[in-house]
Amino acid sequence: MYVLHAAIIIPFLFAIFVPLIRKGLPRVHTGWIVLAIPTLLFANFLRYLPVIQSDTSQSVSLPWVPSLGINFTVYLDGLSLLFALLITGIGALVVLYSIFYLDPAKEAIHRFYLYLMIFMGAMLGIVLSDNMIVLYTFWELTSISSFLLIAFWYERDRSRYGALKSMLITVLGGFAMLAGFILLHSMTGTFSIRETIAVLSDIQGQSLFLPAMLLILLGAFTKSAQFPFHIWLPDAMEAPTPVSAYLHSATMVKAGIYLVARFSPIFAGQAEWFWIVSTVGIVTMCYGSILAVKQTDLKALLAYSTISQLGLIMSLFGAGSAAVYYGYGNESLLYTTATMAAIFHLINHATFKGALFMVAGIVDHETGTRDLRRLGGLMNVMPITFTVAGVSAFAMAGIPPFNGFLSKELFLEAMVELSHMEMFRLETWGILFPIMAFVGSVFTFVYSMILVFKTFRGPLQPDKLGGTPHEAPIGMLISPIVLGLCVVGLGLFPNVLSYSIIEPTMRAVLPSLVASGEHFEVHISFWHGITPAFLMTIGIIALGTIMYLLLKRWKGIYSKYPQALTWNNLYDGILKWGEKASNALTEKYMNGSVHSYLIYIFVFMIVLIGTVFIRADGLSLLTQGAAPISIYEIILLIGLVATAVAVPFAGKRLTAIIMTGAVGYLVTLFFVLFRAPDLALTQMIVETVSVSLFLLCFYHMPELRREIVSNRYRIVNIIVAVGVGVVMTFVALAASGSSTFDSIATFFVEGSHDLGGGDNIVNVILVDFRGFDTMLEITVLAIASLGIYSLIQLQVKGNDAGARIHYLRNKDVQTHRVDVGRTRRETSTVQRNMTQFKSNDVILETSTKVIVFIILTFALYLFFAGHNNPGGGFVGGLMTASALILLALAFNAETVRRILPVDYRTVTAVGLSIAYATGIGSFFFDAPFLSQTFGYFELPFLGKTELATATLFDLGVFLTVLGVTMTIILQIGEDR
Amino acid sequence: MEVWMSIAVGILFAVAVYLILSRSLLRIILGTSILTHGVHLLLLTMSRLKSGAPPLLGEESGSYVDPLPQALILTSIVINFGVTAFFFVLAYRSYLKLKTDDMEEVKMESDE
Repeated sequence: MYVLHAAIIIPFLFAIFVPLIRKGLPRVHTGWIVLAIPTLLFANFLRYLPVIQSDTSQSVSLPWVPSLGINFTVYLDGLSLLFALLITGIGALVVLYSIFYLDPAKEAIHRFYLYLMIFMGAMLGIVLSDNMIVLYTFWELTSISSFLLIAFWYERDRSRYGALKSMLITVLGGFAMLAGFILLHSMTGTFSIRETIAVLSDIQGQSLFLPAMLLILLGAFTKSAQFPFHIWLPDAMEAPTPVSAYLHSATMVKAGIYLVARFSPIFAGQAEWFWIVSTVGIVTMCYGSILAVKQTDLKALLAYSTISQLGLIMSLFGAGSAAVYYGYGNESLLYTTATMAAIFHLINHATFKGALFMVAGIVDHETGTRDLRRLGGLMNVMPITFTVAGVSAFAMAGIPPFNGFLSKELFLEAMVELSHMEMFRLETWGILFPIMAFVGSVFTFVYSMILVFKTFRGPLQPDKLGGTPHEAPIGMLISPIVLGLCVVGLGLFPNVLSYSIIEPTMRAVLPSLVASGEHFEVHISFWHGITPAFLMTIGIIALGTIMYLLLKRWKGIYSKYPQALTWNNLYDGILKWGEKASNALTEKYMNGSVHSYLIYIFVFMIVLIGTVFIRADGLSLLTQGAAPISIYEIILLIGLVATAVAVPFAGKRLTAIIMTGAVGYLVTLFFVLFRAPDLALTQMIVETVSVSLFLLCFYHMPELRREIVSNRYRIVNIIVAVGVGVVMTFVALAASGSSTFDSIATFFVEGSHDLGGGDNIVNVILVDFRGFDTMLEITVLAIASLGIYSLIQLQVKGNDAGARIHYLRNKDVQTHRVDVGRTRRETSTVQRNMTQFKSNDVILETSTKVIVFIILTFALYLFFAGHNNPGGGFVGGLMTASALILLALAFNAETVRRILPVDYRTVTAVGLSIAYATGIGSFFFDAPFLSQTFGYFELPFLGKTELATATLFDLGVFLTVLGVTMTIILQIGEDR
Repeated sequence: MEVWMSIAVGILFAVAVYLILSRSLLRIILGTSILTHGVHLLLLTMSRLKSGAPPLLGEESGSYVDPLPQALILTSIVINFGVTAFFFVLAYRSYLKLKTDDMEEVKMESDE
């Protein structure tokens, strides 16, 4: 069912295990195990060949985000299958080759294969996805894995530079492509490519059609290194050679071509599509081949040659799209040669370029250099490598009887055909195509000759090489030999491919030209008679030979071209400028001052909420149903406001802290007034614990100083503060004034008893209805307490060596610190206070002994009563903690530790575990996470008692809160 | 009552923001503490004040005040306690290390 999905997922899954395999089997080269994946996948895809030949395509869908129309739909037709076979086939050969290329003792091969597997999965994902968003996701994944592979030797500057460049350019294109997909979606309402094709006639005239096309083409051109985005590919050659052979010649760079082919059914037939694709293609082909001649690095030459060949294939797909213009009928079939040539050359290029890259890797590996000026005379020492290189390079140059000759002839034929067409204004400009094709082919011939003869002929220069070169090990030669045999085999028997893969692919690219059940006619032959294409081939070989022989005479032209005008220079310039500009901008507002950032945040808040109020006309005042107000409440309000306003004016720390505490207690009173007993209880205890916390921290903090600030600073602060206050007043008024919808409170009120089994609605909400919130809340609390613990402990006591060294280094600072801002006497008082954590008040000590038990009993009552009366885990936990804190204050922390010898972090952990276990427990009863239940049971002594799982959950809350509070207080209290 | 409460909430917010914008760490922490109080009162005011009995079914009342804001506030109170404690330790730890509690001077330290 999901075989095709599995084909995409398997490499990803396998990638996870690669590092483990490396670790588990250190003596076996990981590559041998990895090799199984592409080999098996290749075999699996081969099975589909006969299926695809007959008219059927495979399609299976898995919903992913169905609400957005995003489904993981795999679709297999000729085009997908062709690419899938290339990806897995070349992939297998490359993995085999890499086993001998990468030394496991020296290289991080687990990383290499991990990235390679991610790439393979992503690439299969691209060619098998029908959904554009899924396609885009995989598309970016290939960019990322390519980035990682180029930067494989990340300690080299050039590698990082190349990786970044490829990433920036291809991801830029990827974004453009995504935008194009979204434009298409806005017209069709579907992300499926096939469904888009089905509604084609509706969208072709729309104004967004052209922008969508341009954006998608931008994605294709950047990925396939088309002029002028080609500049990333030569720098990508910093990757290990197997990667260059795989990603940067055979597969990933062809993703752009795949995209063009895949979207041909949508866009072909449009003049813009034809002109852009074929022009960009042919220009790239010419430009790449001309620049390739100039290169002195073997891999750089191959990179430019790849650019040129990709341009060739691109131009052919562009030219082939012209056939659609004529629509269904015999006439159009005449012009499908270009598409056939494109597909055929795509396969051929993968074979000969793959082989050439591997040869370059072998030369590099065995001689230690790829510099054409130092190489030479390797023919006798590396006969097998030479043979493979010769065969592949001749194929690239278009010399018979190799496969490149056949596709090159078809290419020339298609270009000549273009000049005869009478549409899209081809009658005027069409003649340029065969001319440029001719020029590009001549240079292709020249660099192919350079590649073979400069490397393998001429004098051997052992002094310029790392050592004495010799033939590569046989394992390394297998893959290039296989590819070389393909070059010869496909040259001699090209029609092996005709109906097995080329024809189904053509049907996928040009579906409108054949009726269902019909087939294209594909026949590739050596001899067509004396055609213009044949004459051109002869001309290319003749002119190319002359130019190669006279290379020294005219090569100087290249140095005439000014460096400042290169595309690379432009890229570097843009990057440098962009970096500078963004840096300048960032430094302007990210000035490191927290004050400024807070100002931004608050001003933004004022503007945002203010705008909403003005635009939504939300400035409504409460008109009816307001609660009555009594004199008592007025006094409270005045007290609250006065206390709060006084805080900024407090001159002493203690005053400020106590006033803040007073605000808290006054809020507690409001909770009482406003019928919130649970809140009042909790707030009261929290406020008590907080104030004792403040007072504990108090000695560590310096005295408040009068802030000497400019008036401007102060005025800005006041304006912002008042602004926030006004806005919040309006929010409060608007929220309580208008009631556009009913409160959802009724549900909780009605359900509390029947569904939750409790009468205290707030508690039932906390432990039952919104139990998940509570669970995460106590988790956050636990994290906060651990944060405090580590802030205090790790720095000072640190058990590990690193922390200890850190501590020793800071020792000067630490001894110095106690003197800051205090006199010596104060310091010693502080230290005694903090270390002993003790008062010597006899009355307090005595009364504490009694009071502690009263508080503890009350705490237990609160906890157990919580489900039906005010109380619950939170209050209970806090109350228990406050009893212990009182004990610690009256006696000392040691006493608490002696009486209750537990680690409060363990208490927290136990509490959290109980809470989570209650949640997970629901699964055993086939209920969703955190389902609570309750029942009434006859218990001895207690009579009819309600037992609820919620109580168990609340116990978790209780223990967590207790543990957290005690951890915090004891840690701070004992911090010296 | 709601109108007066709203104004009080606004004042609490203004004071809190003013404190948060000051340079001393201690004031900033106290500011966040007051901000929380403001938020709690805001939530409570939003749900209409005194429109029924406390949300305890045992009270046998015809109507109850909205229990949901109360549950939210209860959560907030406890979380706030943890966060404030964390702030405090962070503040005095950084004071001991950097020897200043002035945010502008902290900025200079980190710039070096």
